[in-house]
Amino acid sequence: MKPAPFVYHAPRTLDEALAALGEVGHDGKILAGGQSLIPMLSMRLATPAHLIDINGVAGLDTIEVADGYVRVGACVRHAQLERSEEAYAALPLLRQALRNVAHPAIRNRGTTVGSIAHADAAGEMPSVAVLTDAVMEVCGPAGSREIAAGDFFTGPLETTLGADELVTAVRFGRFPSNTSTGFVESARRSGDYAVAGVALALTSGDGAISAARASFVSVTDVPDVLDLTEVLSGATAEDVAARADGVIEAVRAHVTPESDIHASADYRRMLAAELTRRLIAEVISR
Amino acid sequence: MTTRQFGAPVQRREDPRLVTGNGRYLDDLGHTAYEAAFVRSPHAHARIVDIDVTEALDTPGLVGIWTHEDLEGPVGEHLPVLIPHPALIAPRTGRALAKDEVNHVGEAIVFVVAEDRYAAEDAAAKIRVDYEFLPAVVGVEKSRAATELVHDDVPGNVSAHLLQEVGDLDAAMAGAPHRLSLDLSIERSASIPMEGKGVYAKWDSDAEHLTLWSSTQTSTGVRAAVATRLGLPLAKVDCITPDVGGGFGSKIMHPWPEEVLVPWAAMILGHDVKWTEDRREHFISSTHERGQLQQVEVGFDDEGRVLALDVKFWHDNGAYTPYGIIVPIITATQLLGPYKPGTYRVEFWSLYTNTVLVTPYRGAGRPQGVFAMERTMDAIADHLGIDRAEVRSRNFILPEEMPYDHGLMFQDGRPLKYDSGDFPASLAKLKALVGWDDFAAYREEAEKHGRRVGLGIGCYVEGTGVGPYEGAHIVIETSGRVNVATGLTTQGQGHQTAFAQIVADELGVPLESVHVTTGDTRKMAYAVGTFASRAAVMSGNAVALAARNARAKALKIAADALEVSADDLEIEDGVISVTGAPDTRMDIGMTAVLSNPLRYAFDEAAKAATQFAGTFDPDKPPVADDEEPGLEGKDFYSPTQATFANGMHAAVVETDPVTAEIRILRYCVIHDCGTMINPMIVEGQVHGGVAQGVGGALYERMVYDESGQLLNASFMDFLMPYASEVPHVETDHLETPSPLNPLGIKGAGEAGTIPGSAVIASAIEDAEGFPITRMPISPVELWELRQRHERGEIPSLRRAHSTTTE
Repeated sequence: MKPAPFVYHAPRTLDEALAALGEVGHDGKILAGGQSLIPMLSMRLATPAHLIDINGVAGLDTIEVADGYVRVGACVRHAQLERSEEAYAALPLLRQALRNVAHPAIRNRGTTVGSIAHADAAGEMPSVAVLTDAVMEVCGPAGSREIAAGDFFTGPLETTLGADELVTAVRFGRFPSNTSTGFVESARRSGDYAVAGVALALTSGDGAISAARASFVSVTDVPDVLDLTEVLSGATAEDVAARADGVIEAVRAHVTPESDIHASADYRRMLAAELTRRLIAEVISR
Repeated sequence: MTTRQFGAPVQRREDPRLVTGNGRYLDDLGHTAYEAAFVRSPHAHARIVDIDVTEALDTPGLVGIWTHEDLEGPVGEHLPVLIPHPALIAPRTGRALAKDEVNHVGEAIVFVVAEDRYAAEDAAAKIRVDYEFLPAVVGVEKSRAATELVHDDVPGNVSAHLLQEVGDLDAAMAGAPHRLSLDLSIERSASIPMEGKGVYAKWDSDAEHLTLWSSTQTSTGVRAAVATRLGLPLAKVDCITPDVGGGFGSKIMHPWPEEVLVPWAAMILGHDVKWTEDRREHFISSTHERGQLQQVEVGFDDEGRVLALDVKFWHDNGAYTPYGIIVPIITATQLLGPYKPGTYRVEFWSLYTNTVLVTPYRGAGRPQGVFAMERTMDAIADHLGIDRAEVRSRNFILPEEMPYDHGLMFQDGRPLKYDSGDFPASLAKLKALVGWDDFAAYREEAEKHGRRVGLGIGCYVEGTGVGPYEGAHIVIETSGRVNVATGLTTQGQGHQTAFAQIVADELGVPLESVHVTTGDTRKMAYAVGTFASRAAVMSGNAVALAARNARAKALKIAADALEVSADDLEIEDGVISVTGAPDTRMDIGMTAVLSNPLRYAFDEAAKAATQFAGTFDPDKPPVADDEEPGLEGKDFYSPTQATFANGMHAAVVETDPVTAEIRILRYCVIHDCGTMINPMIVEGQVHGGVAQGVGGALYERMVYDESGQLLNASFMDFLMPYASEVPHVETDHLETPSPLNPLGIKGAGEAGTIPGSAVIASAIEDAEGFPITRMPISPVELWELRQRHERGEIPSLRRAHSTTTE
């Protein structure tokens, strides 16, 4: 469990990082928190010829809260974002979800943007990205561009990011002020990849639900949004239980789980639906 | 008055060093050593057609590559069968490097040494091995069917077959008013110590002496095995165990291929060589345990008393049997637990599969046996509508029946004879601790809130402290420092504390002056090892006996010097004084000075000793004929049989009515390991054991696919429980001393693990209302069982309460 040889690059600026990335292209991997990459290197599941370490690149470690979004730099650690009171006040879903990302030691090192760029369907933050209509800020040799979360994920561990491009920040969109959010997942052990998980945003008007959206962890190929507005519109804390069948049916129809050694597809489908039902009941009664 | 150390909850003296990162484990040694890596078989069963190392030869940093054909003499021969047994009719072992055929994924084929592990892995990655695939035999059912064979010359895949019977079972079964049959299954798990295996060897070509360090549970065993393989005199080999990060049984197996090859390479290369096992290697090339299929038929009377117990089981022993058939023998005998069936017949078949070999893992066959017995007890209770604890108590061996001889042969080849135990008292304590009689009300209340809860119970007896012997050597220095050496190894048990407590009491010296060395063949050449819950019993008693010898000598010297009778002397806090005349005294260190007539005045003690020099007698030699210089004591403890500890566990679980997630709400343990040296350490052993028991019940398993690939060979997918998954453990102790040894102690190391699967299965079954017959169990499996139950494929328990599934 020792990595194959690689050339280590330690750029100090974004330009240096992009130059190095442009030079090595497909032979290179960006190293940020390293919580997914390093084990893959150690097991020689990935053998990139070049490693471009962006931890020393200035200016990538900031969190900015603006009217419409929370902007998170590429080197912001999960723990930093999780503990940010400003980010929590602006977008509680971030902390609600981040608490489920692995263990504290991993959150101290791993980066939120890195986990999104890694695009593991079992990751929590890709599902938060789609639910918040996040925007990826991307830099490459051809300049910078923006990619909407909905256009970013194309498959398990696959995105529309170019081999010579780097996600420098993610802007998570803020919800309307009358929105409540929640996140729940079920893992075999605390901190493990979820068997199934769900992120939820309920918007209400006049004491009843006016909009409802959910996204999922570990039960869809790519993170995407299930719009539950039709199912839940007009429901209140008192009568939402009557919508349970509709919610369960909608989730079951939406998710596309696969079987693995930890759970069957059928179980994951049941679990995703049940977790969604419970989360709706919890969020609406807050 | 000196505080008595024996029995006190003394804090572990080794912990400040270990928890501050100052432990020295195998990989902390040998920074300049070459490092080894292996090409291991990626296939479960294949013939090796060709090995091509050409591409690897120019790898920077490469030192050497060896395949089987490069191995000389005994180095390349089959590894030994450590524990032969007449029932082991077809023992098979692997070699240090595979020759011609591989029998499990992970078997070592090519040995690579390089300047560091990175380079060694680079070279290993470039070595090409061509294989001709053979059919893989995976799982007990496939092995039992024997349509394909693991070893061509082992028909039926059967390595061993053993039948033991006590009483006329057939007659008793035929006459029994009630009969039940159970089909049971337990899956594989493994020890998975935090530190994997590792070996580091240093060859001194001038002295022609080999020193090796191994992360092992037996340094004497490794020393002897390596000396034999390498053709070295035993006197020219030493083996030292550094700090060891857990063993749990996996490191009592020896010699591992790496323990032979690494020292061999060090000799050939004239350079230190080291191998540190990585996690994947540990999963696929160390050892596993537990996999069994079991069939129980039981006949019993109206009161639930067992008249006839007929057990057949099929044990998965993996690809080879270097450790013999200890595990299934323990299952067969320890299955009986605290009970006395009227008649008993047990028959097992130990079967080869193309998977990692099977050797003892904490519990060592007992968790499977206890599972079979306790599932049977629950089934009897349910069949008759009798309380589950009551059925157990009706089958207990009673205190007045001790010692109780089952009429069977135990793992050590000696009679299975319980020395002591008070099972009714243990059960009474357990019922009080868990609130057994109040549970019905608790359940009723929980059900009102839509919660589903269950109560489970499991009892076991564990043979501990098996022989043949351990020894101890005590040397008291002139400073009063007491050096204690015992040869068995330490992998976290707190020996620095527990053995020191014994010696401090026996000698009458402060705990701080006692220093314990374990697992170093330079200090103690005769030793067995730390396994089978034997260290406290064996070395504990050995150090007590050795200390008594040293004490007797100290008192004799002091009596001569003080001109009093030794019978009038006592030792307290390191000071020998006349009882009732405390001013007539000398430090124990002074007797060490006096014990050695060569007394150059190196220190103040030696100078002070002149006052006790006595009368010079030219007719006597400086050292009397029956004496030795120095203040030392040495002794060995060798028991006639194992001593039997016991325990009873109860758990309350909650199962989610929809998602079938399983949560342990309470876990209660009653534990009886005889007299306790240190209750805090015993409690820690129980906690750690329960953690592994819970792991084996709800989380851990080895997931092999049909082709023999281990699908979860990493900590990402092998679900060892975290602290967050281990319940708070509530414990209470009973101390029924063993009559077999001077200290009255029994082993405690494996206890916490043994009934885990039995207890959790019992509790889940109680919550769900249908039988649980396979462990471990995961939420998805429970969810699927509910569906089968709803479809009528699984019967309800007779006592099934109002709970219904979704």
